[in-house]
Amino acid sequence: MIDTPKVDWLALSPTLALLAVSALTLLGGVFYPRHSVRAFSVFVSLAGFAASAALSAVVFDRSEEGTSLIAESMTRDRWGAGAALVIAVVGALVVLLSSGDGRRDHVGEYYALVAASAAGMVFFVSADNLMTMFLALEWFSISLYVLCALDTHRRESLEAGLKYLIVGSFGSGILLFGCALVYGATGELGFTSIQEATGADDPMFVTGMAMILAGLGFKVSAAPFHMWTPDVYQGAPTSVTSFMAAATKVAGLAVMYRILVTAFPEQSEIWTIAVAALAIASLAIGNLAAIAQSDVKRMLAYSSISHAGFLLIAVAANSQNGATALLYYFVPYTAATVGAFAVVAAREREQGRAVTLSSLEGLGWERPFLGVGMWIFVLSMAGFPLTGGFLGKLLVFSAIYDAGWWWLVVIGVLATALSLAYYLNIVRALFMRQAETLPEGVVAAGGSPRRDLLLDTAVGAAIVVTIGSFFFVQPLVDLARDAAEALPL
Amino acid sequence: MLTTLLIVVPLAAALVVWILPLSRETTGGLALMAVLAEVGLWVGAARNFDFASDTQQFSTNREWFSELGISYAVGLYGFQYWLVGLTVVVGAAAVGYGLWAARERPRAYFGLMLFLVGSLVGVFAAQDLVLFYVFFEAMLIPIYVLIGVWGGPARVKATVTFVLYTMAGSLLMLASIVAFGVTQGTFLLSEIGTSSNDWIFLGFLAAFAVKAPLLPFHGWLRTAYTEAPPEVAAMLSGVVSKAAVFGLVWIVLPHFPSPVEDFRELVLVLAAATLVYGSVLAFRQPDIRGVIAYSSMAQMGLIVIGIFAVTDLGLDGAVLHSVSHGLVSAGLFLLAAMIETRTGTGRFDELGGMAKGRPILATLVLTLGMFTLAVPGSANFAGEFSILAGVFSHGWGYSAVGAAAIVFAALYALRLISAILHERRGNAVREEQTDLVTGELALVVPLVLILALLSAWPAAISERSFPADDPAAFISTQGEGGFGTG
Repeated sequence: MIDTPKVDWLALSPTLALLAVSALTLLGGVFYPRHSVRAFSVFVSLAGFAASAALSAVVFDRSEEGTSLIAESMTRDRWGAGAALVIAVVGALVVLLSSGDGRRDHVGEYYALVAASAAGMVFFVSADNLMTMFLALEWFSISLYVLCALDTHRRESLEAGLKYLIVGSFGSGILLFGCALVYGATGELGFTSIQEATGADDPMFVTGMAMILAGLGFKVSAAPFHMWTPDVYQGAPTSVTSFMAAATKVAGLAVMYRILVTAFPEQSEIWTIAVAALAIASLAIGNLAAIAQSDVKRMLAYSSISHAGFLLIAVAANSQNGATALLYYFVPYTAATVGAFAVVAAREREQGRAVTLSSLEGLGWERPFLGVGMWIFVLSMAGFPLTGGFLGKLLVFSAIYDAGWWWLVVIGVLATALSLAYYLNIVRALFMRQAETLPEGVVAAGGSPRRDLLLDTAVGAAIVVTIGSFFFVQPLVDLARDAAEALPL
Repeated sequence: MLTTLLIVVPLAAALVVWILPLSRETTGGLALMAVLAEVGLWVGAARNFDFASDTQQFSTNREWFSELGISYAVGLYGFQYWLVGLTVVVGAAAVGYGLWAARERPRAYFGLMLFLVGSLVGVFAAQDLVLFYVFFEAMLIPIYVLIGVWGGPARVKATVTFVLYTMAGSLLMLASIVAFGVTQGTFLLSEIGTSSNDWIFLGFLAAFAVKAPLLPFHGWLRTAYTEAPPEVAAMLSGVVSKAAVFGLVWIVLPHFPSPVEDFRELVLVLAAATLVYGSVLAFRQPDIRGVIAYSSMAQMGLIVIGIFAVTDLGLDGAVLHSVSHGLVSAGLFLLAAMIETRTGTGRFDELGGMAKGRPILATLVLTLGMFTLAVPGSANFAGEFSILAGVFSHGWGYSAVGAAAIVFAALYALRLISAILHERRGNAVREEQTDLVTGELALVVPLVLILALLSAWPAAISERSFPADDPAAFISTQGEGGFGTG
């Protein structure tokens, strides 16, 4: 009889559910007749993401005390479970908005890859060890590289896949190098053990930490590691972009916070400043570059860089309040992001071309549901009241003010003012087109658009979350606070 | 509860109008009924309103976001009651005008107008800083779309400048709110106490100086007031600008006593400069709306003088003048719209001689013009006089400037009247253009009647704005958390 280590299957279940989806959809793609693959894959994926979300919620409920699993390779706590829950819900919304994408080939593979990358992210946010962290990062990144290039007939999609592959691998390489340096300095892999190990003042150790930060910075597209973001977001299939913009950011930032406060608390004086610098660079570059964009996906890409900036401010706060703010901010941010990309996807399918500001014109009146939805999403991103985006920013600002860095509040406020310039450009395009260019009653090229019920459901759900997170902020923040208490802050 | 009802009724009506696919007439009728119900609620509230009490009336205080100490706290003191009244009355006239003018896309239009009314009531009733900010920003959304979709030819430019100015101011205020509230651990106005931090004070001041507007922050004013649909311009100059009055009286004065002391002369000088500059520009404008816009700016300068006098007469006068100026400028914008729909222009060089054959129009323009120039006996005169008397004890120079400005007001108001009604007949004026019809009268005459009533009895407002005989002392006690929330 060989002794096997005890495995906490519940803690792994959110990941396993998604892996099962991945396997099933892949098999379905092979065995089901071509015309029913889509229906089968969508159904299985939705069920799997729902199961994963539910299991994450159960783990959240049953993990008041964090426990380290499988020889300190992963941890079961509320921080990881909370982030996993957000990722699983985002995945479900992305499946809803992908269902009408008119893809003919690789249908089964598409859903299999989405589920596989989500599984990687769900595993990633619970990683408690340099090796599992890197493994999970590669796991979801490789799935995303393929997803970006999945539209093989579109040159831009191939370009996006290749760019993401090269730059992403470079980022992973830096992360791995950093891990190696930290391991070399301390001889430890587990986050907690690294903190306890001696040799922390070793320059090699600090260099390793900086490289880990940079590697994660690539994944969350924080400036100056953002160069790939606009091209990849623009070129990738829109549903994939929405998944990357929402879920990857959640995963990357959740892990960044965890590793910084668990493994490197002693060095917080160094990394808080570094993170603040990343935040300022992201806010400046994201917002300034977004103003100049006319392609909506590209504009949203820069906007996501600027949101990385706001989220990094929460990280720089290095406090319970900051962690709470971060987790709360994820909710309206992901809802608005997925929702906005869903509207872009709807317009793209309707017109069969890239969505620019001018091709959005008149959408608000032609299709009021999508138009008003898009309006709500950009207001949330701009941090207007009556949307969760406002309270997210308020929480981030108050966390960093509490930490004593009032000047970051001022920078955040200025960035918000700047961001209005391009967010309102979208609203203007939606609703304020000149009457002479759109005569009454004329519908955009392609005839009256077909209703996509699943996509509308995704938009509706995103609207409900965006506005609901404003009115029901306290229960959400209570949950976020519970999760934040899992971190050693 | 009643305050909450006053906020919720228009917002709920807005949702109904947005969602239900009703015809143009039904939608507009429903919207009008909602605002009239709102007016009814407000009038009914007067019966139970104890103006002499130093506790808040009709207040509600629920914890909303306890993590940061943010509450849904609303309630009214006398001056807030009057500002809410101004909102609902002008709102009713504006919605009525929208119905009369048969605006395109009625569901969106009336929904947004109702949303604007509801959020304005919220601004004037808020007793929590974050709640105040929420309403303060929320009202920007309908204004932005109302100007951008239903506005004049240069509407896009107008919305851009308007939003840039307003947001720059209000985001600075947000930074101040965060700093103030996080330091004090609560955002509740009755508990937050006072601060002596100049920067926090300046953040608030920036938002209100843009909203009023005061002199260097007025760049948005002309295009916004000209390009907005007239009933929206009426709301902007009549009511929205009064959000600054509320903010200065209820946030800045009580909670920043020492910065107010330090920056008092600066604000007073800016306000006086606004008064003179606005008056001079109003005299130079080539069209009706330009005159109303800059006269509005000038009057706001005068009101700010009254507030920063921090004397009893000054504060009472500021509230009275806010209400009467709101009614006058809303009425004038509606009249301007009625003239513009007849002649197709608001330019003075194409207007003139309209009094002949149009006695009702002539009477109304003349009456509102007289209110603008504050003839003795009018409510506006009472307000201005009270403000000037109030600031006299602080510095007689401000009173002198203010008195001179009344002469300017006479100049531009008389120029406005004669350019529309008298002189030789302009190119755009034709015989067949009718006098005002019943529907139009129903919108403007009530405003004029209320003004007449206030002229007869200005004390209705000036003695019922603040509970104590000594408003300045009342306000400063409020900052120290002296009074409960009832």
